[in-house]
Amino acid sequence: MSTPAAGKPIPAITPEMRPFFEGARRHELRVQRCRGCGALRFPARALCSACLSTDSEWIAVSGRGEIYSFNVMHQVYHPGFAAEVPYTVVLVQLAEGPRMISNLVGIDAHAVRVGMPVRVVFETLSDEVTLPKFTPA
Amino acid sequence: MSLRGRTAIAGLGITEQGKVYGRTPLAFAAEAVRLALDDAGLTRADVDGLLVNPGLSWGDLGMASFQLQQAMGLRDLRLTSSMNSGGATAASMIQYAALAIASGQCRAVACVFSDAPLKPPRPAGEAKGGGGSAGAYAFGRGLDAAYGQFGVNAMYAMVAQRHMHRYGTTNEHLGAIAVAERQWANRNPAAQFHDTPMTLADYHRSRWVVEPFHLFDCCLVSNGGLAVIVTSAERARDLRRPPVYLLGMGQGHPGGDPVETLTSGAPLAKEAAFAMAGVALADIDVAELYDCYTFTVLVTLEDYGFCAKGEGGPFVAGGGIAPGGALPVNTGGGQLSAFYMWGMTPISEAVIQLRGDGGARQVADARVALVSGNGGILSTHATLVLATQC
Ligand SMILES: [Zn+2]
Repeated sequence: MSTPAAGKPIPAITPEMRPFFEGARRHELRVQRCRGCGALRFPARALCSACLSTDSEWIAVSGRGEIYSFNVMHQVYHPGFAAEVPYTVVLVQLAEGPRMISNLVGIDAHAVRVGMPVRVVFETLSDEVTLPKFTPA
Repeated sequence: MSLRGRTAIAGLGITEQGKVYGRTPLAFAAEAVRLALDDAGLTRADVDGLLVNPGLSWGDLGMASFQLQQAMGLRDLRLTSSMNSGGATAASMIQYAALAIASGQCRAVACVFSDAPLKPPRPAGEAKGGGGSAGAYAFGRGLDAAYGQFGVNAMYAMVAQRHMHRYGTTNEHLGAIAVAERQWANRNPAAQFHDTPMTLADYHRSRWVVEPFHLFDCCLVSNGGLAVIVTSAERARDLRRPPVYLLGMGQGHPGGDPVETLTSGAPLAKEAAFAMAGVALADIDVAELYDCYTFTVLVTLEDYGFCAKGEGGPFVAGGGIAPGGALPVNTGGGQLSAFYMWGMTPISEAVIQLRGDGGARQVADARVALVSGNGGILSTHATLVLATQC
């Protein structure tokens, strides 16, 4: 992870997560699928906690889901977020199963509700990194 | 063979707590062990076991127990280790010590936690960091950091928000826990917030850290050390202070996703601990519960069965866990209002209550205490049932 001056942290593209970032660059939301039992998982893990297989692939999902939970950050933990507090971090339940941490855009922080339907949108951070975020569906 | 009543806590050592600067975690640990030995009427030569839970500021965590052994000149230990299962470590250390004593491996085991994460305040005008709560710890990396999700506060807040959605839990409920613990702290001269009262309105006015958590939902950050000496029940009866017997113990590490289950490891840990102790909930006179957040207390009360799952909010709302309530909880002010020594705070308060040393906060006829430790994001749990008699 690198931190440009006064900017937000940009996630490092680790070998395990490279397929995720390659997908995001093409505006495709991807999760890992176990080749042993078909279970989906996110973020990347070396083995499937359902069947312990280490064989996996990355597949595109619909990008649709709903807010499973959320918090509103008031404290500044990183200078890149100082101008944005309070901001909302959401836990999205994807329609296909896995949950992922993200941000909700296009809505006031205090209008967020658990159960709200959302869809993925993409925000370009750099040539290499595009970040999936969500917006009310 | 059951361990019920075969071991006891014979010594308790608590250093100065809170904004105590200029001492290393190692120095706090050594002082805590020395105080615990003095309390028990034992000497260094009596210690043959040493378990250490190093806090965040120790540095080389793996060798903490060896560092402390060297610093204190402890010779010929038969058992030592540095341990970490989060906030369940403290109660777990007591359990491993009891196992070692009951099986004849050791005669007296010192269990210690210490930490010194607080730094002296900077001159006025200089930017302030963290902000005085557990929020001072900025965890978070990779994708989570890119989305601004940092720290344990934020992760617990996700779980709490889901609990609110599913069960109708509110900040009124969480606030009732903060206020109750503060009322206990106001009766405990050793509490960091001893002199500061808190109303529910004060709670609501306290700044948000991470919604749904106000500042007063989050535990303190404290410098200090805390140690106990575990020995056999027979030997404890010959020592300086009244024995606090270990009646039952258990651990529970559920391994699921807490945002989904909204449940800690308490049900599993309780099953073993209560069966060993031969007690039921109605036998518990005081409950000293791990309170990294107000929310943790709420979930823990549910998971032990003091109320039905999801009913933690209404259970605490009427002041039932405050002084004068039906179930005294965290009677020294807990980690929210007294001091945060990870799971050692609830253990120390149980010992104080069962010895009758509680002063203005003493619960009348406190004979059986429930102690819980909780770590990770509701990931690890340990239970002790302690009592004045066995
Ligand atoms: Zn699998």
